[in-house]
Amino acid sequence: MTPADRRTEDSRAGNLVVGAALVLVATSVVLAVQHPLHQVSIAFAFGAFIAIGELVRITLPGNREAAPIGAAAALGYALLGRFGTEPTTHTVWDVVAVTASATLLGAIPHVAAGRSPRLDVLARRVLSVAFAAVLFRPFYDGGAGPFAHLDASHQNGRLALVMVGIVLVTDLFDAGVAALVRTERDRAPYLTSLRSELQVLFGLSSAIGATGVLVALAAQVMTFWALPVFGLPLLLTQFSFRRYAGIRQTYAQTIRSLSRVTEVAGYTETGHSRRVSELSLAVGRELGLSESDLVDLEYAALMHDLGQLSLTDPIPGGATVVVSAVEQSRIAALGAAVIRQTGVLDQVAVIVERQADPYRRPHELVDDSLPVASRIIKAANAYDDMVGDSQESARRLEALERLRLAMAYEFDPAVVSSLAGVVERVARFGF
Amino acid sequence: MYVFTLSVTAGAILVLAMPPRGEIDVTAVVVISALFTLLESKVFRFRIGVGLGMGFPVALASCLMGGPWAAAVTGACGFFVLRRTPLVKRCYNASQYAVAGFCAGTVFVLLGGHPGVMGAGEFPYVLVPVAAAAIVFSVVNAVLLSIVLSLADDVSVKQVLMGTLVKSVPASLGYGLFGLLMAVLWRGVNVGTLAALLVLVPLLVARWAFSQYGAEQDAYEATISTLVQAVETKDHYTRGHSERVSRASVMIARVLGMREDRINALRYAGILHDVGKLGVPTKLLQKTGRLSEAEYEVIKGHPLRGIEMLSNIDFLDEAVAGVLHHHERVDGLGYPIGLVGGQIPEFARVIAVADAFDSMTSTRSYRGARSVPEAVEELLRCKDTQFDPNMVDALIAALDRTGWSPSDVPMDAFVDAVVAEADAVARDHDDPTFSVSGTEELA
Repeated sequence: MTPADRRTEDSRAGNLVVGAALVLVATSVVLAVQHPLHQVSIAFAFGAFIAIGELVRITLPGNREAAPIGAAAALGYALLGRFGTEPTTHTVWDVVAVTASATLLGAIPHVAAGRSPRLDVLARRVLSVAFAAVLFRPFYDGGAGPFAHLDASHQNGRLALVMVGIVLVTDLFDAGVAALVRTERDRAPYLTSLRSELQVLFGLSSAIGATGVLVALAAQVMTFWALPVFGLPLLLTQFSFRRYAGIRQTYAQTIRSLSRVTEVAGYTETGHSRRVSELSLAVGRELGLSESDLVDLEYAALMHDLGQLSLTDPIPGGATVVVSAVEQSRIAALGAAVIRQTGVLDQVAVIVERQADPYRRPHELVDDSLPVASRIIKAANAYDDMVGDSQESARRLEALERLRLAMAYEFDPAVVSSLAGVVERVARFGF
Repeated sequence: MYVFTLSVTAGAILVLAMPPRGEIDVTAVVVISALFTLLESKVFRFRIGVGLGMGFPVALASCLMGGPWAAAVTGACGFFVLRRTPLVKRCYNASQYAVAGFCAGTVFVLLGGHPGVMGAGEFPYVLVPVAAAAIVFSVVNAVLLSIVLSLADDVSVKQVLMGTLVKSVPASLGYGLFGLLMAVLWRGVNVGTLAALLVLVPLLVARWAFSQYGAEQDAYEATISTLVQAVETKDHYTRGHSERVSRASVMIARVLGMREDRINALRYAGILHDVGKLGVPTKLLQKTGRLSEAEYEVIKGHPLRGIEMLSNIDFLDEAVAGVLHHHERVDGLGYPIGLVGGQIPEFARVIAVADAFDSMTSTRSYRGARSVPEAVEELLRCKDTQFDPNMVDALIAALDRTGWSPSDVPMDAFVDAVVAEADAVARDHDDPTFSVSGTEELA
C-alpha cells in the first residue's frame, strides 16, 4: 500500500460524503419499494449505461477515479425531459435509486478483481446527480413545468439553457465536495484543493456535462439511440485521457527509478532520494503548492543529488550536509545542468539549482526569487542526511533542533515548522 | 492555373446553385460558417486526417442542414481562417472545401436525404445518405489535394491519393457522426446554436487530451535519453552509445516488421540497456589494461543492476527482459544466465546485435572506429555463435536500405568538464572483438 492509499482511509470528510449519500439512497430505496418505478424501460436503459460506465472507469493523474460514461448517463437521466413523444415522470428519488444501484452493479466486477472503488467517489456521484435532479425536475415537472405554455421549439431552447446552467452549478458543487475530501486527505489548504479540482473540471467534466445535456435533449428524437450515439464520442475522450494518465504515470515511475542511479552507483544512501521526495511532498501539500508544482517538487526532490554523479569520489555516506556550501552549490548546479538538458524540465532544473541557497542572507531581506520547492528540498535533504532511515526519537529531535537553530539564514521557518509537524505525525501515526 | 480553375469552379457553384432567397436559413448558414472558420483557424491545430481539419464535422452539418449550396458557402468561408496563410493558399483551401461540400450535399440529396429535416421519422434510414455525404466529402477533398500535391512535388497523383484516402475516409466517417449529431440537435430538437457548441465540447476535449498525451510522450523520451546521457559521462568513450544502440535496434525491428508499440518499447530498452553500468565502480569501467577474472565478474553484473532499477516501471515489461539478457549469446556462453538460441527474449537478441555493431563502429581509446563493412563482416563471422542470424541479416538489410550515420550526440560544455575530470582509458566489453584474456579474437 502506498502512503497515498493509506491516507484515504479514515477521512472524516470522506465519511461525511458517504454518509450523506447513504441516507439519500436508503430513502430512495424505501420510496421505490412503496411506489414502484414508472417507465421501467427508460430507467433500465440509463441504468445499463451507468453500470457500463462504472465498469470501464479510469484513473486520472492525481489519483482521481472517474467514470465519464457512467457520470454522463446519470446526468442525462437527471436532466431527461420528453423521451420520444412521451413525457417522463421519474422523480429525484428515482434518479438516486437508479444511479446508486447501477453504479454498485458496475463496481462488482472491480471488487471481485480486488480493485475496490473509492467509496467517497461513488458517493459523490450520487450526491451530484441528486443535486442536478433537484434543480432540474421542477423545471420540467412531467411536461407541466414553467415552459409548458411555449411551443416545442422555444421550450427546448429554454430547457437547454437551463440544463447548461444546472450542469455548471452541479460541477461547482461536485468540485466543492471533492475538494473537501482532498483537503483532508492531503492535509492541504481548502482553496488549493478547490483550485486543483476546478482545473480538472475544465477538462473531462465539461465533456461529461455536455454529453449529459446532449443525451437528455437528443432522447426526444433518437430515444434509446441517444445513449450509445453520444456515449461513443465520450468513450473517445475517455480513451485519450487514459493514455495521457498512462504516460504521466510511466513518466513518474521512470523518474523514480532513474533517480536511484546515485544509490546504485554508491554516491548516496539507499532510499535517500525517495525519503526526501516523500517528506518534501508532505510539506509541499501542507504549504498549499498546486498540483503541477507538486509534480515539479517531487521530480526535483528525486533528482536533487544527480550532480554527485560527476564527483570523482563519493562523499562519505552521500550526505551533502557535511560538505562545504560552495561544494553543495556546485553539485546543485551540475545536477541542474543535466536536468536542463532534457529541455522539458526547466522548472525542475531551477528548483534543483537553488536547493543549496539560504532563504535569507545577512543584512538582506528574504530572497523572494528562491522557489518554495527549493527551500523545502533543502530542509528535507538536511533532515534526511541527519536522520536517514533511523526511527530513534532522539535523532529525530536532535535533527529538528539543528534545523531550528539554522532558521535565521539557512532554513525557511515556515518550511521547518511544517516539516517538524509532518515528521512528528509520521513518527506517531505512521502516515 | 490549377488553383485559378478551382476557384472559378467554386465561384460558379456559389452563384449558380443559389436557391431562391426564401429557402435559405440565413442565421444557420452564418453561424455555422463562422464556427467552421474558427475551427479551421490556428487555435485548433488538430488535424483529423490528411487535408481534414476540425472544421469537417461542422461543414458536414452545414450540408445536412442547408443542402449543397449552404455547404459550399461554409467551405468558401475557409478563406477567412485566422492563420497566417498566403492569398493563393487561402483561395485554394476555400475552393477545395467549397467544391467538396457542394459534392457532398448533392450526393446527400440524390440519395434521398432531406436537408434541414432531422425529425424522428428520418431514422435510421437517413444514416445511408449521411455516411455517403461524409465519404464523398473526404474523397473529393483527397482528390483535389492529391492533384495539388503531385503538381508541387512531381509525384504521381495515384500514389498520393491512395495514402490520403486510407487515412481520411475512416476518419471522416467517425467525425461525420459529430456533424450528424449537430444537425439532429439543431433541427430535430430545435436547440439551435447551443447544440453545435455542446457537440463540439467532447470532441475538442478529446483532441486536447490527445495532444497533451503526445506532448507528454515527447517530454518523456527527451527526459530518459538525457538522463542516460548523464550516466554516460562516467565513461566518455561510450557517449551517445545508448542513443545509437536504440536507433540501430529500431532499424532492425522495422525490417522484422514488429508492431509499432513493441518498437516503441524496444526504443526505450535500447536507450536504457546499459543503465546498470552505473552500479559498476567507475574505476573498473575506466581501467587501463587487462581485467582480472574477478573484475570481469563485477562488470558482468551490470544487466542485473539495470533490472534492479527498471523493474518498477510497469510498461517496460518486455523492455526489461531485453535489458537483462542483452549479453546472452545464442550458443549459451553469454551472461547473466546463459540462455540458448530462442530462449533469449527477442528484444535482447536485437539489442545484442545493435550493441555490438555500435561498439565496433565507434572510437575506443585502444583503437579507432572500424568501418561499417568491417563491422558487418565481424557480425557475420559471429552469427550462429554469438548473434541470432535473423537479427544480423535484418541489420544488414536495414543498413543497405538507409545507411548508418554515427553522428555523435552534440558535445556540451558541462559534459566536457566532467569528462576532463575523469580522463582515463577505457576498454569496452560490448565490443565482441575485445575479450577478457586480452586476445583480439573471440568465438
